[in-house]
Amino acid sequence: MMSDRLVERLQNGLWRENPGLVQLLGLCPLLAVTTTLVNGLGLGIATMLVLTLSNAMVAAARRWILPEIRVPIYVLIIASLVTCIELIFKAWFPALDRSLGIFIPLIVTNCAIVARAEIFASRNPIGPSIMDGIGMGAGFALLLMAIGAFRELVGQASILSRLDMLTGGDPLTLLSFADNGFLLAVLPPGAFFSLALAVALKNAVDSKRKGKVRGPAAQHQRPVRSQP
Amino acid sequence: MTGNTGIFRSGATLAVIAAICTALVAATYQLTVDRIAANEKTRLERSLQPALAGVSYDGSVSESRLVLSPPHGLPGSEAALVYRVYAGNNPAAALFVVTARDGYSGPIRLLLGIDSDGSITGLRILEHRETPGLGDKIEAGRSDWVRQFDGRSLANPAVGDWALKIDGGDFDQLTGASITPRAVINAVRDTLIYFDTHRDELFSSPATGEQP
Repeated sequence: MMSDRLVERLQNGLWRENPGLVQLLGLCPLLAVTTTLVNGLGLGIATMLVLTLSNAMVAAARRWILPEIRVPIYVLIIASLVTCIELIFKAWFPALDRSLGIFIPLIVTNCAIVARAEIFASRNPIGPSIMDGIGMGAGFALLLMAIGAFRELVGQASILSRLDMLTGGDPLTLLSFADNGFLLAVLPPGAFFSLALAVALKNAVDSKRKGKVRGPAAQHQRPVRSQP
Repeated sequence: MTGNTGIFRSGATLAVIAAICTALVAATYQLTVDRIAANEKTRLERSLQPALAGVSYDGSVSESRLVLSPPHGLPGSEAALVYRVYAGNNPAAALFVVTARDGYSGPIRLLLGIDSDGSITGLRILEHRETPGLGDKIEAGRSDWVRQFDGRSLANPAVGDWALKIDGGDFDQLTGASITPRAVINAVRDTLIYFDTHRDELFSSPATGEQP
């Protein structure tokens, strides 16, 4: 069934091959911007949009792309899409754009995007490629949000602060629990600890499942490639 | 022959995709350019507000910008910005963006509002690299230190007393930091002196073009 394959693409991106948790791609923005839930959400949405659109464009153009010029074409497509997203953020979410700063233009260098173009979109039709982009992008965005929420909660004892950067209007200080949090969590070391916890959690869930369901589901552990 | 067609095909593909991508960016730019400009302007106006406490004025602040290129006699070796605001045709206040060069770790960029009588309407630190936890208390968000300048002028205190209390002057110090506040005080005093001597020409000069 076609729809089964599409659902499988989604599951793949969200869990089995989650770009952040399993492939450990795009760690630089992941570690740098996840100081709050809203920051994570903003960059997550931007990355997901770029990933989905670039997958769609690469898949649409794949018949005409000769192997020897594929990389410049990926770069061209991804760079233009990121420029568009950056302009859109500047126009409609200026506060969020300033808060994320250089990490919006740096989506260009997120290797998860060029990796999906090369591994998946250049070999598959548009439909599955879009689903793959949505799945991978959502997987990355959810991870960014989870880490952002965790660091914000521990580090600042608040959640969803500065939601006004996305929605506009007056600054919100939603659900602030205490004046001071555990500062380390919002500092760079906190990013590494949080990611390590997230990866450990995922592996724990996987191995627990593996214990229950012996069989094909158990063999999806793949070698970890780490890239900046 | 096949090699050649390969090159032409690659070139043509690249050109077509480049054209499509350029069109995409150009369209997005057209769609967003006005909003982005408006956002920038709102942001600038808003960022200038804290230095205009208690000043009533007409019109827009950002359009009255004057760029003074060095040597201008103001603190700092970079270009200084002056925004003038008017009530009717009368000068209401001037906002200076100047640089104190002798901070503890690099230049400190200040926004200083002075009303037409020469009293300070607000001081904010725009940019600095001072030590977190010590020198960064000059930020309005971290301590009330900058607010002690509100309402001061060259006569209050006298020019000779524009210094920290530990130096025999009239201004509170910051625990653990003395170089940083000294730099700020000197820059503010020098800007006040400049305003005092250049007041009329500042308010009568035409604005300097568009945003750089």
